[in-house]
Amino acid sequence: MNRVAMRFEELKKTGRKAFIPYIVGGDPDLTSLPLVLETLVQSGADLIEIGVPFSDPLADGPVIQAASVRARQNGCTLDKLFSTLTPVAARLPVPLILMVYYNQLYLRGVSRFLAEANTAGVAGLIIPDLPPEDATELRASAAALGIGLNFLVAPTSKEERIRLAAAASTGFLYTVSVKGVTGARHTLPPELPGFIQRVKTLSPRPVAVGFGINTPEQARMIAGLADGVIVGSALVQAIAEDPQLKKMASLARTLREAI
Amino acid sequence: MPETLMAALDELAAAYQRYATTPEFQQELAELSRFYAGRPTPLYYAERFSRELSQGRIYLKREDLTHTGAHKINNALGQILLAKRMGKRRIIAETGAGQHGVATATVAARFGLECVVYMGELDMARQALNVFRMKLLGAEVRPVTSGSRTLKDATNEAIRDWVTNVDDTYYLIGSVVGPHPYPEIVRDFQTVIGRETKAQLAELAGRLPDYVVACVGGGSNAMGVFTPFLPDPNVKLVGVEAAGKGLNTTEHAAALAKGKPGILHGAKSYVLADPDGQIIEASSISAGLDYPGVGPEHSFLKDSGRVEYQTIDDQEALDAFVFLTRTEGIIPALESAHAVAAGMKLARKLKRDEIMVINLSGRGDKDIPTVAATMGVKL
Repeated sequence: MNRVAMRFEELKKTGRKAFIPYIVGGDPDLTSLPLVLETLVQSGADLIEIGVPFSDPLADGPVIQAASVRARQNGCTLDKLFSTLTPVAARLPVPLILMVYYNQLYLRGVSRFLAEANTAGVAGLIIPDLPPEDATELRASAAALGIGLNFLVAPTSKEERIRLAAAASTGFLYTVSVKGVTGARHTLPPELPGFIQRVKTLSPRPVAVGFGINTPEQARMIAGLADGVIVGSALVQAIAEDPQLKKMASLARTLREAI
Repeated sequence: MPETLMAALDELAAAYQRYATTPEFQQELAELSRFYAGRPTPLYYAERFSRELSQGRIYLKREDLTHTGAHKINNALGQILLAKRMGKRRIIAETGAGQHGVATATVAARFGLECVVYMGELDMARQALNVFRMKLLGAEVRPVTSGSRTLKDATNEAIRDWVTNVDDTYYLIGSVVGPHPYPEIVRDFQTVIGRETKAQLAELAGRLPDYVVACVGGGSNAMGVFTPFLPDPNVKLVGVEAAGKGLNTTEHAAALAKGKPGILHGAKSYVLADPDGQIIEASSISAGLDYPGVGPEHSFLKDSGRVEYQTIDDQEALDAFVFLTRTEGIIPALESAHAVAAGMKLARKLKRDEIMVINLSGRGDKDIPTVAATMGVKL
C-alpha cells in the first residue's frame, strides 16, 4: 500500500478526517519551501499537496496562476524542486503529493519523472488535466514505485466516469466541488452534499474534496461528508499577503480545528 | 483536459455525430455558406504573379473574399449550427489575429446568441480594428493578461470559462487544435476549401494541382485545403509555419520544425516547450500564427511524410505581402503571406504547365497598421 492510502487508513482508525493544504512549490521562492511545509505540518496538515509551477495552468484560477508565475520568476525548475524536497520529505511526518500538469510529466518522460519524484520522497501525484483512460503508462509506473495516484471527478462526471476514476486511483479520489477553476468561493453549490454522497457510495477509495473551500464552516460541512478536505487558493493567497507565514499558519490551524 | 469538461466533450462528439451528417444540417450550412458567407470562393489564376516568378501557373484560393474576410467563417458557421441544435445560449471563443473572433461574433449576431471572445492583450493592441469589429457585432471582448498575452493564453482563458459555465456555454474553437472532437470538427467544416479547389481546378485545368501551399498556425485553413488531396499521392502538400525572427532565435512559432511531442490544450502534438515542459511563448509578426502548438493531425502528417512543412520568417512574409499586393492588387493577411512567400520560393522550380495552388486564407486589411509600422509609416 502506498503512503497516501496508508495515511487515510490511519486517519480512519482514529476517526479523523484529512486536512490537505495545497501550496505552489517555490512560491515565493524555493528557499522558503521547507519552512512552508514544516509550518503546515505544525498547523495540523495530514497530507500536503505541492503544485508544480506551470506556464499554462488551465485548471487554476488567478491566485494559483499568480503563485505559479512568482515561483517560476524566482527560479523554480523541476530539478530544483526535487532537490529541495528530498531532504524535507525525508523528515516530514506527512505524505507529500505533487500536483503536476501532464505536459511536464510527459516531456520529462513518465517513468523518469516518477523515478525522480520517488527519489525526492514524493508519495503521490495529482494530474489535473489527465483523464484516467489516458493514464495506462503512468498507472503501471506509479504502481511499480508505490506512488499513489489520485484522479479527479467533477460535478459533471457521470456514474461510469466516477467508477473509472475511483478504480484508477490508488490514493484518494479527488472530488472537485464546483464547476470551475481553483479559487475561493463565498458559497459552495447547494447540490454539493448530494454529489459528495454519490461519490462516496461509488468509490471504494477515500474521497477528498477540493476547489473553492476557504472558510472553517465550509471545511466542517465537507468533513462531515468526505474523508478529506483540500484547501489551496486561500492558503496560497495568505502566503502572498504575508511571506512571514503567520497568516497561512493561522488559517491552516483554523481549518484544521473545523475539520 | 480537466475532468469537468470530459462530459461536455462527449456530449459534443455525440451531437456532432447526430446532427452534422443529416441532410437538414448540410442544407442549412450550404445555404448559409452560399448566401451569407459568399461561397464558393473563386479559384483565381494569378497570371501576373505567376509570370513574374515562374514557368508554371499559380492559382489563389480566395478565402479572403468570404464574408468577414478569412476562412474562419466556414468553421464558425458550422459550429454555430451545432451549438444551436445543442440548445446552448452562450458562445465563447479564443482569438489570435481576431479573424476567428470576428467570425464567431458575426455568426453569434446572426443567430442572436450571447458571445464572449477571449483575446490576448498583446493581440488586442496589434489588432485594434478587429477588436472594435467584434464589439460592434455585439460581442464582449475579454482581454487576457496572463502568460504571453497571445492566442495560447486566450485559449487557456476560454477553457477556464468553459469549465465554469459548461452547462449553457458552447466553446467555439477556431482551429484544428484542442481536445477531441474539435480537431476533427474544425477540419470537416474547413474541408469545403479543398473540395471547391479540387472541383474548380478540374474545371479550369482538367487536372489536379502539383502543389498546394497553406500557412499553419493551429492549421485549420491548411487542413481544410489539404484534406481532399490527401489520397492523391502526386499532389505535393506544403504547410508553412512562421519562423518569426528566425528559427535559430527563440522568437518563432514553428512547432513542427522546432518543437517536440507534448500536450497542449488537451491534444498531443508538437509543441514548443522547454525541458521542464513549460510552454515557450511563440512569436510571429502575424498574430494568427502566433501559437506554440499545432493541430495534432498536422503532427501526424509531418511524421507520415505526406505533408512537407517549411518555414517563412517575418521579413519574407512582409516581402511576399508587398509582392502580391503590387503584382495582383490583392492584399493578403500576414498569415496568408507566409503561404505566398513559400509559394514564391517553390515557384522557381515549377515547370511549364505545372500548377500550384496557394490558399489565400484571409485578407490583409487588418494588418495594415502592423505593416505600416514595420515600414516606419505613421498612420
